[in-house]
Amino acid sequence: MDTKSNQQTDVPGGASAPEKIRAHIIEREDREKLLSYYHQMLLIRRFEEKAGEMYTKAKIGGYCHLNLGEEATVVGFCAGLEPDDYVYTNYREHGYAIGRGITPGAVMAELFGKETGCSLGRGGSMHLFDIHRRFMGGYAIVGGQLPLATGAAFAIAYRKSHEVVACQMGEGTTNNGAFHESLNLAKIYQLPIVYFVVNNLYGMGLRVEKGSAVSEIYRKACAYDMASWRVDGNDVLAVRDAVRNAARLAREQHEPSLVEAVSFRFRGHSVVDPDRYRDKEEVQQGRAADPIITFAGHLMEAGLLDENGVREMEERVQREVDEAVTFADDSPFPSVEAFMQGLQEYVYAPEAAAEKGA
Amino acid sequence: MGEITYRQALHDCLREELVRDDNVFLLGEEIGNFEGSYKITAGLLKDFGPKRVVDTPIVENGFVGMATGAAMLGLRPIVEIMTINFIVPAMDQIVNHAAKIYAMFGGQCPIPLVIRTPGGGGQQLAATHSQNLEVWFAHVPGLKVVAPSTPADAKGLLRTSVRDNNPVIFLENLALYNVKGEEPPADYLVPLGQAKVTKEGADLTVISYSRMAAVALNVARRLEQENNLSIEVVDVRSLRPLDHATILASVKKTNRAIVFEEDWRSYGIGAEIAATLQEEAFDDLDAPIKRVASLEVPLPYSKPLELATLTGSKQLIEAINELAPRRRRGKQ
Repeated sequence: MDTKSNQQTDVPGGASAPEKIRAHIIEREDREKLLSYYHQMLLIRRFEEKAGEMYTKAKIGGYCHLNLGEEATVVGFCAGLEPDDYVYTNYREHGYAIGRGITPGAVMAELFGKETGCSLGRGGSMHLFDIHRRFMGGYAIVGGQLPLATGAAFAIAYRKSHEVVACQMGEGTTNNGAFHESLNLAKIYQLPIVYFVVNNLYGMGLRVEKGSAVSEIYRKACAYDMASWRVDGNDVLAVRDAVRNAARLAREQHEPSLVEAVSFRFRGHSVVDPDRYRDKEEVQQGRAADPIITFAGHLMEAGLLDENGVREMEERVQREVDEAVTFADDSPFPSVEAFMQGLQEYVYAPEAAAEKGA
Repeated sequence: MGEITYRQALHDCLREELVRDDNVFLLGEEIGNFEGSYKITAGLLKDFGPKRVVDTPIVENGFVGMATGAAMLGLRPIVEIMTINFIVPAMDQIVNHAAKIYAMFGGQCPIPLVIRTPGGGGQQLAATHSQNLEVWFAHVPGLKVVAPSTPADAKGLLRTSVRDNNPVIFLENLALYNVKGEEPPADYLVPLGQAKVTKEGADLTVISYSRMAAVALNVARRLEQENNLSIEVVDVRSLRPLDHATILASVKKTNRAIVFEEDWRSYGIGAEIAATLQEEAFDDLDAPIKRVASLEVPLPYSKPLELATLTGSKQLIEAINELAPRRRRGKQ
C-alpha cells in the first residue's frame, strides 16, 4: 500500500452508501460475525444506558463518559484488530473494554469501585485495564495515551514481534502537542501503530471547526507523511475495514497510520452534562442516524435477522447487563484494612519481575 | 581500587547494563551521534547500535511517554533528559502517567523506567538552565528519586535503579561530572532508600544530597582540622524513599542539624527533612534545625549575581558556626 499523503481517502461528510453496505453483507460477510457485531453494539448501548442510570443512583462516582451513539465506531474498531493486539484509549472507553473482551461484569464492578473490577476498583470509569486482554488502559489526561501507545509500538518493533497497537482518541486531542509528537515519533521510528480518532464533532462543548484549524482530522496525518482515512463512524463495517487495513499496514510494513471515524455522541460530554451547547435539531438528526437501528435494518433487509431475532437479542443483552449489575452489586469493596496495611505494595511494583503484557 | 570520575562511573554502568540485559535501551536527545551533551553516553552508539541507543527529536513529553509505554511492555528504558530544566514539558507523562499506571490499574503493569537528568547551577546558564527541581518529583508517590554525590554511589544507585521495577528519577549534577572518587567493585549495588553517613562526628549533623553532599563533606573535613569541630555528614542519596532511620540516628547522637540543599528553600527537601526531625526527634534537638539553600529567585546570569544567589560552602560554614555548641564555635 502506498502511504503517501496524497493517498488519503475521504468519504465526503462521513456518509456511507447503504447499497454498498447491503452488498457487503450479502456477498462477503459471515452471518455469525454480523450478528456478533449487532450483539456487541446493542450490549454497549444497553450497558451505557444502565451505567447512566447507576450514576444517577450514586452507585457510580466521579466522572462517567458514555459511548452512546458511538457503538458502530467502537465495535468496528475492536473488530478490525487481532486478539493479541494492544489497545490504548481515552476516558470514554467502557465500550472498547467490553469490545476487547473484558466482561461487562468486570467493567460495571470497576465503575462501582469494587475489588472485582478490571482495575481492582483503583481506576474507575476512566481507567479500565486488563493486561491479559492487552487492554492497556483508559487515560484521562487528553493526549496522555498517545506517547504511551507509541512506546508500546516501539517495544513491539524492538522485539520484532507481530502485534499492532491501536490508540483511540477524540478529535479534540489532535490539537494537542502529544498528538503531534507521537505521530512524528511513530513515523521516524516506523512503528506498528494505528491512531484512531473518534470525531464526534465536539470536544466537550467546543465544535471541531472552532477548535481545529483543520476540521477534517484525517488530513493532519499528511504532516507526518502518514496514510490516513476518514470513514463513517455509524457504519460498523466501514470502521472495521479501515482499522483492519491500517492494522495490516502496521503489521506487515511497520507503517503507522491514522483512521478518523466521524461519529455522534447521543448525550452530553459526561453523564452530568446537560448538553445545552448543541442545537436540538443537530442532536435529533444525530440520534435519527442511530447506527444500531440502521445496522439491524440492513441485517433484516438481507434476511439475516427478523423481528424475533431482534427481540431475542434485546432479551439476551438485557440479561447480560442485569447480570453485570448484579455481579457488581454483589462484589465486595476493596478492603480498607488491607489497603492501609499495604500502601507501599499499592504504589510500587515489587522487585521480582512481575508479569508483563508481552 | 583506582579512581574514577562521576561521568565515567555513569558511563560504565550504562555499558554494563546494556550488556547484561537486552531489554535495556537508552534514549534521549543527542545521546548517540552527538555522544551526549555531557558525554555520558560517548561511544555507546558505536558499540551497541541504534536499536539500543536511540536518538530522539526534541520532544520530551513524547519520548518520556514513549519510554513509559515501552516499559509497560517489559522493556527497561533509560531516558536521558539533557538537563532537568527540559523535564518540565514531560511532567504530564511522568506525574500523570509513569507514576500512576502501576497503582491506578490495580498493580497489573509495572513501569521499569529510569530518567537520568542533571540539575544544578553555577555554570552561568541563567534562569532556565540552572534549576534544581527534584522536590517536584520527590513529592509524588509512585516515583523514586535518587541523587548520588560520589562516583561510587552514582554507579551503585544507577545500577539498582535500572533493575528496579518502578519509575526512578536519577538526579545528576553538572558540577559533579568531572569529580573523581573511589572506583567501586564490579557489580556494586546501592539499595534505593538508604542514606549514608559519609563522615562521623559528634557536634552537629549536616544532612545533604547530590553536589551539596560533596561540598558538605569537604567543609566538615576542613572545619575539623581548622576549628576542631566534629561534624557528621549524612548523604541521604535517595530523596524518595527517604531513609528516616539513618537521619534520626545521627541527629539523636549530635542533637543539632543543618539541612544543606542547592534548591530553593521554601517547600524544599530541607523542609521535609526538618519536619521529619521535629516529628520524630523533637526531644533530642538542642537547637532549631537550620536550612541552608539558594536564594529564591530565578538564577541571574552575571557571575557576581549568580555567586550571590547559589548556596555553597560559605553559607554552610556560617550556619555551622551559628549552630555548633558554643564551646566549639570557630572564628568567622
